[in-house]
Amino acid sequence: MAAWQDFIKRDEPPPEWPYPIKYGHETRLETDVLVLGGGIAGCHAAISARRSGARVAVLEKGAAKWSGSGGAGVDHWLAACTNPLSGVTPEEYTEVAMASSGGYDCGPLRYITCRESWDALLDCEKIGLKARDTEGEFAGADFRDPETGLLFAYDYKNKSALRVFGHNMKPLLYREMKRLGIEIYDRTSVAGLLSQDGKPGARVVGATAVNVRTGEFYVIKAGATIISTGLPGRIWTFSTELRSTFRDFNNTGDGSAAAWKAGAAFTKMESSYGDSGAFGYISYAMGNAHNTWYGCPIVDANGKEVPWFDRDGTRLETAAERFQPAPGQKVIIGLGERVPSNYVNQVSGLAADLAELIRKGEYKLPLYADLTRLPEQERRAIFGLMVGNEGKTRVAVYDTLTKAGFDPDKDMLQAPIMPPEAFRSPNFWAGVDVPQWRIFGSGGLVVDWDLKTSLDGLYAAGGAIFGTGAHSSAAASGRYAGRKAAAAAKAGPERPLPEPQVEAEKARVYAPLWQHRHKIGWKELNAGICRIMQDYCGEYRSEETLNAGIRLLGELRCSEAARAYASNPHELGRVLECESIMTVGEMALQASLARKASSSVLNLQRLDYPEVDPPAWAKNIVLKKAGDGVEAGELPLDYHLAAPFKPSYAENYRLHSGLTPENDKAKP
Amino acid sequence: MKQKVYMTPNPAVPNDPVEFDEKICNGCNQCVEACRNDVLMPNPEKGKPPIVLYSDECWYCGCCVQECNRQGAISMVHPLNQSLPVSWKRAATGEIFRLGMLSPPPPNTRPPSG
Repeated sequence: MAAWQDFIKRDEPPPEWPYPIKYGHETRLETDVLVLGGGIAGCHAAISARRSGARVAVLEKGAAKWSGSGGAGVDHWLAACTNPLSGVTPEEYTEVAMASSGGYDCGPLRYITCRESWDALLDCEKIGLKARDTEGEFAGADFRDPETGLLFAYDYKNKSALRVFGHNMKPLLYREMKRLGIEIYDRTSVAGLLSQDGKPGARVVGATAVNVRTGEFYVIKAGATIISTGLPGRIWTFSTELRSTFRDFNNTGDGSAAAWKAGAAFTKMESSYGDSGAFGYISYAMGNAHNTWYGCPIVDANGKEVPWFDRDGTRLETAAERFQPAPGQKVIIGLGERVPSNYVNQVSGLAADLAELIRKGEYKLPLYADLTRLPEQERRAIFGLMVGNEGKTRVAVYDTLTKAGFDPDKDMLQAPIMPPEAFRSPNFWAGVDVPQWRIFGSGGLVVDWDLKTSLDGLYAAGGAIFGTGAHSSAAASGRYAGRKAAAAAKAGPERPLPEPQVEAEKARVYAPLWQHRHKIGWKELNAGICRIMQDYCGEYRSEETLNAGIRLLGELRCSEAARAYASNPHELGRVLECESIMTVGEMALQASLARKASSSVLNLQRLDYPEVDPPAWAKNIVLKKAGDGVEAGELPLDYHLAAPFKPSYAENYRLHSGLTPENDKAKP
Repeated sequence: MKQKVYMTPNPAVPNDPVEFDEKICNGCNQCVEACRNDVLMPNPEKGKPPIVLYSDECWYCGCCVQECNRQGAISMVHPLNQSLPVSWKRAATGEIFRLGMLSPPPPNTRPPSG
């Protein structure tokens, strides 16, 4: 008996909902620091806040032991610039990342990551993470330090990216949270933030939430709140039937939407990328030479190897050369940071004209990733260590393929068959990009050097902050935001909850259960929102299409979406996610409208403003909700080094990090 | 052939992302608690494998498999549109294999590193 249909087939009704139904039942909680989202950023934030002496509660809509984008594991730890072997300083790494992002990156998030990513890794090691090759499996390899057992990735000269054995990262963080007495509320999805006196723009004093198993309503009063709900998704594409599954299904920007409604400022929301959306292949289970598989030789159907080149077009004959910066290049920023690639930030790669060469018949499809051509230790590092420990690949790829007989010592893994142009990126498993099937860029909450948002009492960590980053920046920023929020929570006076706002939220949350049941469930609604975004906020945008998109989403909100139904607490949670997705979609439309220029870095093509990156628009467009409308402002790209902040990264960090020289182990 | 036929909705796709071996699974429901998306629900019959309720929400993260402490009780099955393209060629012989083939080669039993 494996599926619900089987019950009908043996003349039995489908089983009743297995959890107690508690619609309307309200639980009130009070804490110092409330963490919304129990992924990597949220867990580090919670642990850090608790170690700073605060009472901490974590709300996680899945299961904190495993959930989040990094929930299934981690194989490489980026921007560990303060590790004793690092050849790059936090300043140097930050500058490369900022420059490669055209300045559209979050200086505080980036620099804090570079300063604390290594410390966050040491924290993880203390709670049981295997971060070194202590047994000497890779002894003698050019990516292993014989003294420390640390293993490097991507850039064997600068050693700021480390390979780690992190398949059990989340269970270790979870165990530590339990040990420290952090209150964890699983299956509990944030509904909205509560503002002082119920006024948007005022201090955040707590949040509401709903349990997606029981339907129970939660009202939490908090001294400080941290948004760690990750990168929003399911905005442009949604399909449960035709899909690859790279980005976390649960990341629907619930925290971002709640912060927007509370009046917090966002930036870079106009950025997005063309993507194969939901229609790619199993991540890393098709032949490729990207990220985890970086450095793997690619051969054609006849075994002819595709040459590798560095950024200057110099052919690299050996695998070892692919892991060295090009002549004159300071550092290779780790793959997976989401920092745009350009001359400064470039890894070596397959022949740039591979698409043309395939078209000419010089390379015959299918292509294969041929690990057998690598030295044993490099092969084992890619498939045994990285694929074997990374989130989403240990079981989905390593276990699945090896059980089916795949042997990296003997076998070549086929790449997808695609149009030649699709082979321009070595990330073959992502499939064919379709311009209107887009993926959320790196927009998010604006933060200061405390990782505080524009609202008092509200902090952010990880993907919810604007700018680029990866697992290690989620960890480092969580660690930092946790201590800052703990300090802010201690300082606060008694602040009563806004009861009318609580009641309004409760009514909104339960509406899908009581209202007349229109025949629209969450899946159709999600796909409908995506159609609006594809059409009106796709590759090309203009004043007319963006305004039409805003109007359509507004109509959807009052019509079909307002009548969407939920049959149980699970569906209720999914319908509420659609509300978050609509809000994030509106933010993307509004931000695209506010930037009256095209931009290559932001991947924004305005038909009515075709000039690309005109100097006058080299600034962050900042949006926040104002009444029923939107208020657009701007922030210099280097706002984090301008008044009221200090002109250097190090000075701002020293003043704000909350670390004294004695306990700042990361000091240079 | 007499067979009772019911009116049921079309099966959700993917059909069966998580397979249980009833002989090994003892219905402890640890996987139910591990799943972020509540794909799995506890079986009303105690000791039986969970019910795969929301197969269409599986993220293929494999955390249910990682969480399970009874080897072989639970396995992940990629949907056909994802598993069919996964193919490999033995460098020395040119033999071609694929995920899900009828007569697969013997499993590679080497565990992941670490």
